Order: sequence, then C-alpha cells, then structure tokens
Amino acid sequence: MRRNWEAIWLVAQREFKDQLRDWRIIVPMALLVLVFPFIADDTTRQAVSFMNRYGGDLILDRLVPFVILIIGFFPLSFTLVVALEAFVGEKERGTIEPLLSSPLEDTQLYLGKLLVGVTTPLVFSYLSMGIYLLLVSRRDVEFPSAYMLALIFLLTLAHAVLMVSAAIVISVQATTIRAANLMASFVVVPVAFLLQGETMLIFWGNEDVLWFAILAVILLSGLLVRLGLAHFKREYLLGREIDTLDFKGMYRLFRNQFVGGARSILEWYRVSVFDAVGKMKQPIFIVIALGAIAVLAAYFWVVAELPSYLSHSPERMEDLQKMVGDNIALLEQFQEHLPAPLLFFYNTRTTIVFLLMGLVSFGTLGLTLFLMNFALIGGVLGIAQLIGFSPVLAFAAGVLPHGLFELTAVILATAGTLKVGALLVSPNTERSVGEVLLIALADWFKVFIGLVVPLLAIAAVIEIYLTPVLIKLAFPFL
Amino acid sequence: MIECEDLSKKYNGSFWAVDGVSLRVQPGQILALLGQNGAGKTTTVRMLTALISPTRGWARVAGYDVVRQPQEVRANVGMLTEQHGLYMRMTGEEYLEFFGKVYGLDAETRRKRSQYLLEYFGLTDAARKRCGEYSKGMKQKLALARALIHDPSVLLLDEPTSAMDPESAQLVRNEIARLRSSKRTIIICTHNLAEAEALADEIAIIYRGRILLNGPLDELKRRVLGPVEYEAQFAEPFEVGELRLPEGVEVAFRSATSLRFRVEAPLAVNPQIVQELTSRRAPLVSFQEVSRKLEQVYLKTMAEAQGGAYAA
Repeated sequence: MRRNWEAIWLVAQREFKDQLRDWRIIVPMALLVLVFPFIADDTTRQAVSFMNRYGGDLILDRLVPFVILIIGFFPLSFTLVVALEAFVGEKERGTIEPLLSSPLEDTQLYLGKLLVGVTTPLVFSYLSMGIYLLLVSRRDVEFPSAYMLALIFLLTLAHAVLMVSAAIVISVQATTIRAANLMASFVVVPVAFLLQGETMLIFWGNEDVLWFAILAVILLSGLLVRLGLAHFKREYLLGREIDTLDFKGMYRLFRNQFVGGARSILEWYRVSVFDAVGKMKQPIFIVIALGAIAVLAAYFWVVAELPSYLSHSPERMEDLQKMVGDNIALLEQFQEHLPAPLLFFYNTRTTIVFLLMGLVSFGTLGLTLFLMNFALIGGVLGIAQLIGFSPVLAFAAGVLPHGLFELTAVILATAGTLKVGALLVSPNTERSVGEVLLIALADWFKVFIGLVVPLLAIAAVIEIYLTPVLIKLAFPFL
Repeated sequence: MIECEDLSKKYNGSFWAVDGVSLRVQPGQILALLGQNGAGKTTTVRMLTALISPTRGWARVAGYDVVRQPQEVRANVGMLTEQHGLYMRMTGEEYLEFFGKVYGLDAETRRKRSQYLLEYFGLTDAARKRCGEYSKGMKQKLALARALIHDPSVLLLDEPTSAMDPESAQLVRNEIARLRSSKRTIIICTHNLAEAEALADEIAIIYRGRILLNGPLDELKRRVLGPVEYEAQFAEPFEVGELRLPEGVEVAFRSATSLRFRVEAPLAVNPQIVQELTSRRAPLVSFQEVSRKLEQVYLKTMAEAQGGAYAA
C-alpha cells in the first residue's frame, strides 16, 4: 500500500516539478488566476449597487456564493489542458515508453497523472476563490457562512475531479494533443451546464440540496476513473500514430453482435435476443429491486407526509374524489386525444431517452429516470389511499393490465442501459472503449427491437382500449 | 536469459507485425536483431518488455513470463527505446534519480549508480544541466544510463549508438561488452552492421515479422555465403594450373599472381595446399582467409527474401 502511494506520488511529483519549471504554463495561469477575482469583485460591487437601488435582497445574499462558484470554475476550465495532455502529451514528446517499460503499475501511473491533473487546477481555483473572498470581505455585503463556503469549496473539488477524470480518459484514448484539446469542450460544456443547475440551487436557497450535487458528481467521477483504468492499455499509448475511422469495421462489429449469427427471426430470438437477456440477469434484478423500493418508498412517503400539506377535511376529500371522477370521465375521450400509436411513440421515445441519459452517465441517469417513474406510480397509489380509494384495486385496474407489458419493457430497457454502463467500466484490455460501446449498444438494441418495442406496442393498445374500461369497472361509483 | 517461441503479434485483425519469432539468448550473450524499418524489431522488443501482449506464442525474460508476470519482467529489463525519451526540463542527475526511484532503488544505491553512470559516460559536468540543453549524443548516453540505472540482468537496446560521435559510440560498445562479460543477456536492434558484427555473438535477421536467419555469425556466413574462402598471393606470375589441389577444394578465382579457393575443412586441407605451394616453390607473399562481412550476409539474405539477386 505504502509502496503504491509512493509510486503514485513519484509520478505526480515529477510532473508538478515539470509544470513549475515551464513558464508557459505558470505565467498565463497565474495571470488569469490573479486578474479574475478583481474583475469579479468589481462586478459584485456593481451588482450590489444595482440590487440596493431596486431591491433584491435574496439575490444579494446569494450573489457572493454564486460568484465564488464561478471563480472556482474558470481556472478549472483553462488548466484542464494539463490533464488533457497527461498521457497523449508524453506520447507525442516520446517520453512515454521509458515510463511504460518501467515496473510502475497501470494504477500507479494513472492515479499519479490524475493527482497532478486535479491538484494543479484546484490550487489555482482555491487561490482565485481566496483572493476574491479577501476582496469581498472589504465590501458592505453579506459574507457567506462557513457552511456555505465549505459546500462551495467541496463542490469545486468535485468539479475538478470530474473534469480531470474525464480529461484523463480522453488523454489515454486520444492519439494527438490536438485531438485531446479539441475534445476539451466535451468536458467543459457539460460541467458548465451542471454549474448552471447548481447556481439555481444556490439562488433557490436550499443549499443542503448541494450535497446531492456533490455526491452525484463524485459518483460520476468515480465511474470515469474506473472507465479510464478499465480500458488503460499500454499498447494503445505506444501504437496508433494515426486514427482512422473504420466505419465498415464498426458496422461489421455492431451487426455481428446484433444478429449473433442467426439466419431467421426465430433463430435470432433464440440465439441472440434471449441470450442477451440471459446475460442481463444481474442488472434486471437490480432494476426490479430498486424499482420496487422506489414504488414503496414513494407510496409510504406520500401516505405519511402528504396529509400535513393537504387539508384533510371531509369536504376537501369529496372535492378530490370528484376531481378524480371527472378525470376518469375523460377516459372515454382518451382514445381521441391520445391514440395508441401516439402513446406507443411517446413511450418508445422515453425508453430511448433513458438510454441516452444512461450513455452519458454510465447508466446512472437512465436508472434515475426509471426510478422517478416508478416513484410516481407509488405516489399516485399513495394519493389514491389518502383520498379513500383502495390502492390495490387502483393498481390492479389502472396499472397492472398495461403495466405488465410496459413495466417489463421499461425494466428490460433500463437494465440494458445499466449493462452498457457496467460494460464500459469493466476491465477489458482486449477491446477499445469504442468497441465495447458498440457491442453493448448492439446488445441493447436487440433487446429493444426484439422485446421492448413489441411489449410497448401491446401496452399502448391495452392502456388506451382496456385500462379505462377496467378502471370504470373497478370504481363504478365515480 | 531471454527465450521466446512462436512469438507473434497481429494488428488491426489482419496484419502480422511479428509472426512466429523464436529466439534464445543465454546470459553473457549478445543477440543483434537486424532488419529493415518496420520489419518487426521494435514490436518484438516491446513484447519482450511486456509492453504489448503477444497475439500468439510465449516469451520468458529473466525467468518471468511476459504475459503473466509483466511487472517482474519490466523490473528486470533495462530498455533503451528508439527515442531517447528524456524529460527536457529535468537535469541529468534528476532524471537518473527519478528512474532510480521508479525501479525501487534505495537512496544510497541511486546515488552510487547515478554517479558511476554519469562518470562513465562523461556526463558528470553536465549532470546539473537540463536535458534540453544536451547534445544528441549526450541525450543518447543519458538514455542508456537510464536503462542501466537498476543494473538489470536483461538489456534490450534499440540503436544504442545512434547519433553518437565515434568516441562515445566506442565507449558505449565497451560498456555493452563489459555487461556481456558480467553475464547480462542483451539484445541489440541496430542498422549498424559493423557494430552488430563487433558485438554480437548471435545474429537474427527479421523480415516482415519473420526470422529469416538466426545463429552465430560464422555459421551464418557459411550458410549464406558458402564455405570459407582463402586467398594465396604471389610475388610474381606463377602457373597455378599446375598445382595439384587436394579434394574438396573449389577454386573461386585464379590469376597469374593470386589464387582464391573455398574449402569445407580448412584445418585438414590448408596445410596440404601450403605444402604443395612450397614444394612447387611458389613465390608466396600471403595466404589468408578472405574477410567476409555481416553486411554481405545481410544484403544477400534480404535480396533473396525480396526475390532479387545479390550483387557482391
């Protein structure tokens, strides 16, 4: 363990020294770090004067934490170049081979580079934030609490780890520094969006929610580090002088995995689709278990917490029951407003959104969306219970008939998305990240086309034509 | 010791960069791996350093399997890479110190080894200069010092004397020879055939990933260029045709003042020829083996491999 840390530190230390000796890195960074807090301080002064003139106390209170967050982000974005060229830079300068032919382990090399990549931007960010805090302490504006400051410093750390872990993955996979730098936008832009979301949380006023952002960012960073390590291959860093896009090869790989050597539709289902489902047993189990927990948690939370927000008077209950009755009366026109093909289209689109969200988050965002949908079912059943309907009957009549198909389809799609993420972060030095992704996508699409789409089609027909009838039968008094 | 059997590497699913290479280099031996650019020398060496994994075959270096024990292999190999790979903003001293730490040497050993190597390669005065300020030759010497810092039992050297002035190249060759005498196992990849001839105990010629020839130089010369040739030179014209040459002698060339012949068993036959010349009172000036260079072996082998004729 100690030897491991020593080796990681050795790799990092050499690079730190290298950076400190390169004035082309230090001078621009130092200048930007020093200048930006002064600009931000002046902006704060003008914003404070504007707010004081027109009123806006809440914004004023949250202005400084927001500016600190932004100031922390700027050095991260321009010092990212250090991480981006961690491996590919050494490759281009020809210094990578002696390092790779040494007894340093992959993890030691990788984490050493990660440590430098995170520390350098973070030092500059914290320096910039510190200078700004010093400047702002002289102004007549509310200084953020220690708790808020701790949260923002932690959030900046999480951003640094996230951006650098993504940059290092790029650095391992890219063939030239130029290509790696061009990819920087794929790191900076998503984090900038994330920053906007966090800014909303700061202005919204519930800083405790920032903990979720910190945890989510750290989770994602962990997965990115795992992805990088799983596909770290010394061979890649030595070979591949020029990358060529082999579309034919990509198509062949996808097609072979998708078809699985089948010569007919029946054989395809037998040897390819069901085989893929068989390999998804573990994610299917996880998705079902988490889905069940989400339904139950939402149901019990609604039953326990909602009454304190709702007036529980008999008149109010009557109103609510009447509202539900009116809505159910609308079910007769349901087919006109939402024909089955349109519902099928919406559900299919949602499933694809699960996949897309899952692709950028190793399956986690896809799973989150799935859980939110399941929590919604639990919530609706909880409300049914609160307003005096049987939740079991509501589930049996309103969810189960089409849910049997729709929920199965969504569970399969989400499990597939989770599997894509899991494959990406699983060690596989035999194949490149691109190849693993293509194979995982081929598996996802064969389950999607072979099972999910037909199930969603059946579910849409049942939901439009059968479910309203069953609801009316179950609740004839409405 | 280095041994490999059927070592092969396939790229892009179809291109065999190395195809069925089998080698065995004993401790105290130097093998020169010769071949054109892109023949597979570097790929072979990289597989032997456990940098890339073989598609087929196996290799053991310093007693360790390159696939199953890559860390142990790397710890016991000193590798001089094609590019010197120096960190330009580090000083020579720092560079050796860094790699000494990477190889897990203690502080005292690091200091001693660095001092010895810097002194040996004449870099002591430049030890505190940044590598970026070094000349090409100095960079190459420092890179070699790096490969030797942990006193490895196996050395894989890619063009060890390229870019060096003659004195430095001689210094490096001497060091390689010294390492051989201290029972190190060494493979040199080089285009410098004179150097390979001077240093190597065994030669392997690789072409398009396959070993065309492998063995001790004398044996390769016999196999490729035929039996050893000898030449007798005379002070004045002499009637060579009247000589009664023993069986097994094949005359390659004759003129009024010289005779060149090939013989399978020189130890038995040459004394008879000398006796015949003496009895005939031939005005003999010299009688010696015709020198044959590795270059001839290499060029002939390559010409044959490429389907062409070799013009000596």
